[in-house]
Amino acid sequence: MLGKTIKMPQETVFIKGNHAIVEAAIDAGCRFYAGYPITPQNEIPEYMSKRMPEAGGTFIQAESELISINLVFGAGAAGARAMTTSSSPGISLMQEGISYMAGCEVPGVIVNIQRGGPGLGNIAPSQSDYYQAVKPGHGDFHSIVLAPHNIQEMYDYTVKAFDLADKYRIPVIVLSDGLLGQLMENITLKKDQETEYLDMPKDWALTGAKGRDGQRILSLLMRPGALEKHNEHLREKHRTICDNEIQYECFSIDDDIDCLIVAFGTVARISKGVINIAKDMRIGLFRPITLWPFPYMKINELSKRVKKVFVFEMNYGQMLDDVKIAVENSDKIEFYGRTGGGIPTQEELYQFIKARTKGRGY
Amino acid sequence: MVIEKIIYKKPESLTDCNFTYCSGCGHSTVHKLIAELVDELGIREKTIAVAPVGCAVFAYDFWNFDVSEAPHGRTPVVATAIKRIHPDNVVFSYQGDGDLVSIGLAEIMHTANRGENISVIFINNTNYGMTGGQMAPTTLLNQVTTTSPMGRNSKNYGYPIKMIELLVSLQGVKYLERVKITSPASILKAKKAIKKAFLNQINGTGFSMVEVLSACPESWKKTPREAIKWIDEEVSAYYPVGKIKDIE
Repeated sequence: MLGKTIKMPQETVFIKGNHAIVEAAIDAGCRFYAGYPITPQNEIPEYMSKRMPEAGGTFIQAESELISINLVFGAGAAGARAMTTSSSPGISLMQEGISYMAGCEVPGVIVNIQRGGPGLGNIAPSQSDYYQAVKPGHGDFHSIVLAPHNIQEMYDYTVKAFDLADKYRIPVIVLSDGLLGQLMENITLKKDQETEYLDMPKDWALTGAKGRDGQRILSLLMRPGALEKHNEHLREKHRTICDNEIQYECFSIDDDIDCLIVAFGTVARISKGVINIAKDMRIGLFRPITLWPFPYMKINELSKRVKKVFVFEMNYGQMLDDVKIAVENSDKIEFYGRTGGGIPTQEELYQFIKARTKGRGY
Repeated sequence: MVIEKIIYKKPESLTDCNFTYCSGCGHSTVHKLIAELVDELGIREKTIAVAPVGCAVFAYDFWNFDVSEAPHGRTPVVATAIKRIHPDNVVFSYQGDGDLVSIGLAEIMHTANRGENISVIFINNTNYGMTGGQMAPTTLLNQVTTTSPMGRNSKNYGYPIKMIELLVSLQGVKYLERVKITSPASILKAKKAIKKAFLNQINGTGFSMVEVLSACPESWKKTPREAIKWIDEEVSAYYPVGKIKDIE
């Protein structure tokens, strides 16, 4: 029942971010989706309820996000490519399942179209689930976290999420937000892109014990030392991911820059606009694409070449903690964040840089 | 000369691991019934079980077919997804009363309401055995547990939930039977009911659940013999055994 990618010519479409997630999942061979209504991601389950049956897969409208994530757990355990999507409060409910997936080494993709929090918050875009994404659930583990900043990347990194999930048998989180979910752009659908792990054998999956003894998907390891050994195995896997999967974008970074902006997702997009209007300053943007594994070394290296490191986020400073770990002299760091659904304008960020550099751009 | 003939042996669907359940616990009996049935139906190579959180979390040590863990109460949800991915396999969830009636109440109701073509084996021993005998939604009135030391009272804790009677109105549900395992005859009846739940799935009939009234002598502070007597006299008086729903 594992899905096959149907090879089709590349196709350019004008598409909403939430719809791009759906097309990406189908093109990546995902044939199992479960989701529960929550704004601002409702277009995903709605569109998926049409597209997934067309592709011959299973769509289930779950009765809660707890049920969504555990359906994904079961489908993943059975060897299928599976996905769920939600927005911040719903992702909170999924933390239990994500931890079980990590412990049981069941692959799966979780998309978070973030909204304002805490609590029920609001339905405006936010980046305030950064902590929850990079340090999810209970227990010693990581999920891979991918942060797109335009609609092409919503598509590309959702496809990539499935490959990474299968390659490492790990839950992968696509951390987006309500702005990117609702935004429409031209993108190229690459129907046969990067699915190198689509057909990788899953001999660990539960398919029925044909010609073999029964096998198990489990995370309960009660015998003395067994869990410590298992977690050490997970740590080795995490190290391999850190060595091989870090992704980032350097925008307008040359030898002459005085200031470095570090921003991801929507705020990185706005920061590119800041650089375009700040003709009087020499500023570059460093954009982490993998939030875990985080590109500490690259930020460390770049920070030594500049006088100021600006961290911009749509939260009160969550990625900021990781930048502080990366930058040796934290006096260089200046933070500006908006929260509760506030979106900084490029003018606002530009004026902040000017104020903190006495108008000189450093 | 005496000719020896094998008339009974350990089912192939059981591993060599000895049961680690307490003396008189019903899990060992039901595990063995299931293993015998899987052998008899010739479905060992296509059976996938989902074990609960609770004493039976260790079911995967004893069954020699594929078994998945599930978070507490999400057991039928994991079973649903496995069945949807592998519709030709036989998928069942095995759940205790804490798992199914308390933390997993929403999960079992919606799995049943969707009419998922899975089998559910529900072990009701009226308490949380694994964690030391706390009160469950199924605990009888006046039953003493570690969290109802004066006995369960309805004023603070309501009344024991009759799960089968709660599910009976859902149209997606095709077969519901409550059994007990207190005598050779009742054990054979229980086996027959579980067999029907498996056959219903194989025939595509739909959602089937068998509730087994099961002894927990350790938590009940009774000997195995007293525990069986208590099921026959008290537990089955509140939870009547028998076929409650059977739609072909």
